[in-house]
Amino acid sequence: MSFFIRAAQLFSIAGGIHPETRKFLSSNCEIEDMPLPPLIRVPLQQHIGADAEPLVKRDDHVLKGQLIGSARGAISANVHAPTSGRVIAVGHFTAPHPSGLPVPTITIRPDGRDEWGPRLSRLRPEAAEPEEIAARVAEAGIVGMGGATFPAAVKLDLRGKYPLHTLIINAAECEPYLTCDDRLMRERAEEVADGAAIIAQALGVDRVIVAIESNKPQAIAAMRRHNLVLGKRIDVTTVPTLYPMGSEKHLVKAVTGKETPARALTAELGVVVHNAATAHAVHLAVRYGEPLIRRVLTVSGRAVGRPANLRVAIGTPVKDILDHCGGLVEEPSRLLLGGPMMGQPISNLRVPVVKGTNGILALTKGETRKNDVMPCIRCGSCVQVCPVGLTPFEMNTRIQAGDLDGATKVGLLDCISCGCCSYNCPSNIQLVQGFNYAKGKLAEEQSRKLQQEETRRLAAAREARLEAIAEAKRQAMAKRKAEMAEKKKREAAAKAAKAAETASENGEAVE
Amino acid sequence: MITAAVSMTALGLGFGCLLSYAARRFHVETPPIVDEIETILPGTNCGQCGFPGCRGAAEAVAEGDAPVTLCPPGGREVALELADIMGVDCGGGADASGFVEAEQLVAFIFEDHCTGCTKCYKRCPTAAIVGAAKQIHTVINDACIGCDACAEVCPTEAIILRSKPKTLRNWYWERPVQLGDSAPREVAA
Repeated sequence: MSFFIRAAQLFSIAGGIHPETRKFLSSNCEIEDMPLPPLIRVPLQQHIGADAEPLVKRDDHVLKGQLIGSARGAISANVHAPTSGRVIAVGHFTAPHPSGLPVPTITIRPDGRDEWGPRLSRLRPEAAEPEEIAARVAEAGIVGMGGATFPAAVKLDLRGKYPLHTLIINAAECEPYLTCDDRLMRERAEEVADGAAIIAQALGVDRVIVAIESNKPQAIAAMRRHNLVLGKRIDVTTVPTLYPMGSEKHLVKAVTGKETPARALTAELGVVVHNAATAHAVHLAVRYGEPLIRRVLTVSGRAVGRPANLRVAIGTPVKDILDHCGGLVEEPSRLLLGGPMMGQPISNLRVPVVKGTNGILALTKGETRKNDVMPCIRCGSCVQVCPVGLTPFEMNTRIQAGDLDGATKVGLLDCISCGCCSYNCPSNIQLVQGFNYAKGKLAEEQSRKLQQEETRRLAAAREARLEAIAEAKRQAMAKRKAEMAEKKKREAAAKAAKAAETASENGEAVE
Repeated sequence: MITAAVSMTALGLGFGCLLSYAARRFHVETPPIVDEIETILPGTNCGQCGFPGCRGAAEAVAEGDAPVTLCPPGGREVALELADIMGVDCGGGADASGFVEAEQLVAFIFEDHCTGCTKCYKRCPTAAIVGAAKQIHTVINDACIGCDACAEVCPTEAIILRSKPKTLRNWYWERPVQLGDSAPREVAA
């Protein structure tokens, strides 16, 4: 009965799609610990914001959990050594990113002892101040683990800026294939609930809602068992299985009925959303002083020998993980980090997994589509499924014509890149791909404009500097001239005096 | 003696008056549009457009001797703003097909060849080169406008211009292939 009442309290979101979830591939695989790989590569940029500053150098010996990269600037995150070993390089390595560009990376050869360094001191969240918890989360280098990788501590500090009342734990896991959050909640429900309560404590909110999609009944049941942690009531809400339910703003809409304004934070509604895996990481950091050095991820797809949910050290190369899972049984037509809808394709198997990697998918030809692009027939399928209420076909036409400003006017910047439009397009038009391109292009133009202003400022500064130098030179010259004149005068005076003296002496002599 | 002084003074006064009259009479008004254009141009006097500094370029644009797309460091934005002022059609905001976007270039110094002569450092209009006497110099990519001034003065030819390196921060997806991309659509006659 209560279930139905809860369901009735839900609010609907616009659009969305129902892709085949294919979660059965890995949903029954227990989380297993992956053995340490022979090499670990820890990128210093695993988060949104500035990259971390390396604190170690080549040939240093590091211990597990040791801080090896410190956060730089307001939005950044610490990076820790995932195991003990020797640093064999501090340089650049291919990023786990579709561009394959290099990123500053620390390479560690594990010594196999997996020896812990000094852990962060434990906190008793019951007695801790919100600031203490936020500081601990920052120290542990925790970032949003659903894929956005926004530093979690920054989100915990929203307390002072907005009147918050609700924390939503995002456990929707709406991406097909991924089951890591599902498994985490089934196996570690108590820890996830505890982490959620700690986050609530740090935010100073009393209401905690765990939102789980209806296709994870075991996780829902497991989380329901922990409804009172740290004196906070934890409600579990079942949200419909619909992509993109896991999008922050859509989840807030579905659970609270409130719509977040365009380009605003959910915090303006008094709601903060954190991922379930983030909550688990917070639990480990606060209760056990363990920084974020491991994470659970799903390895799936038909091209993988043995789909699994693994707990891996951050920095483990993708190749080692795939080998651990029986290797590739077929040449994958697509290799992704993350889910199939919003994941990032990678071309290099040696790239490491990072804090935001929630899945490695090796998809076969049968699982992907690559059909020929056909003309837009203006059927409106994309409009129907767009969860933000945009008109993708119109934006696409404008982008094709090179009219990025026009595309912005019809809402390009509100696009969340969920890919529903591309998924639903009967003509296989690459809509979201075009939007990603346009957003990047706009950002570049923006930065060019900034650079132009900066150039003008630099040029003016240089002129001023040259002027100042010339002025200083002139003054020095004038001073020197004056000094010379003074000297000459003095010399002349001295000479005259001497001459007079001699003259007078002579005169005396004459007299 | 007195006659000489008087005649010279008279001559001087006479020429002075004549000159000041001529200055007023034949005064060439600088069109305010030149100033306006100059404020839009980057103001680094880098000389990539081939005119003597941004002022020269502004005059040329105002005269109509130079296209509005003359400023490579300014890029598309400056071109569009200039087109706005000049009222010419460079494609407009909706269709920038008339303007081929120049690739952003930055200077690069081969450290093996750098002798630390500081010539480039002194010449750089945006102070994008860091260095000191007898030290290897280097370029700050974010501040470099790719004006080639440093490459010209380098005695060891250690400086080249290369396309601005992509980083994770400024990388973005390429435009996806769309229908009609490879074969231009036929236009009905």
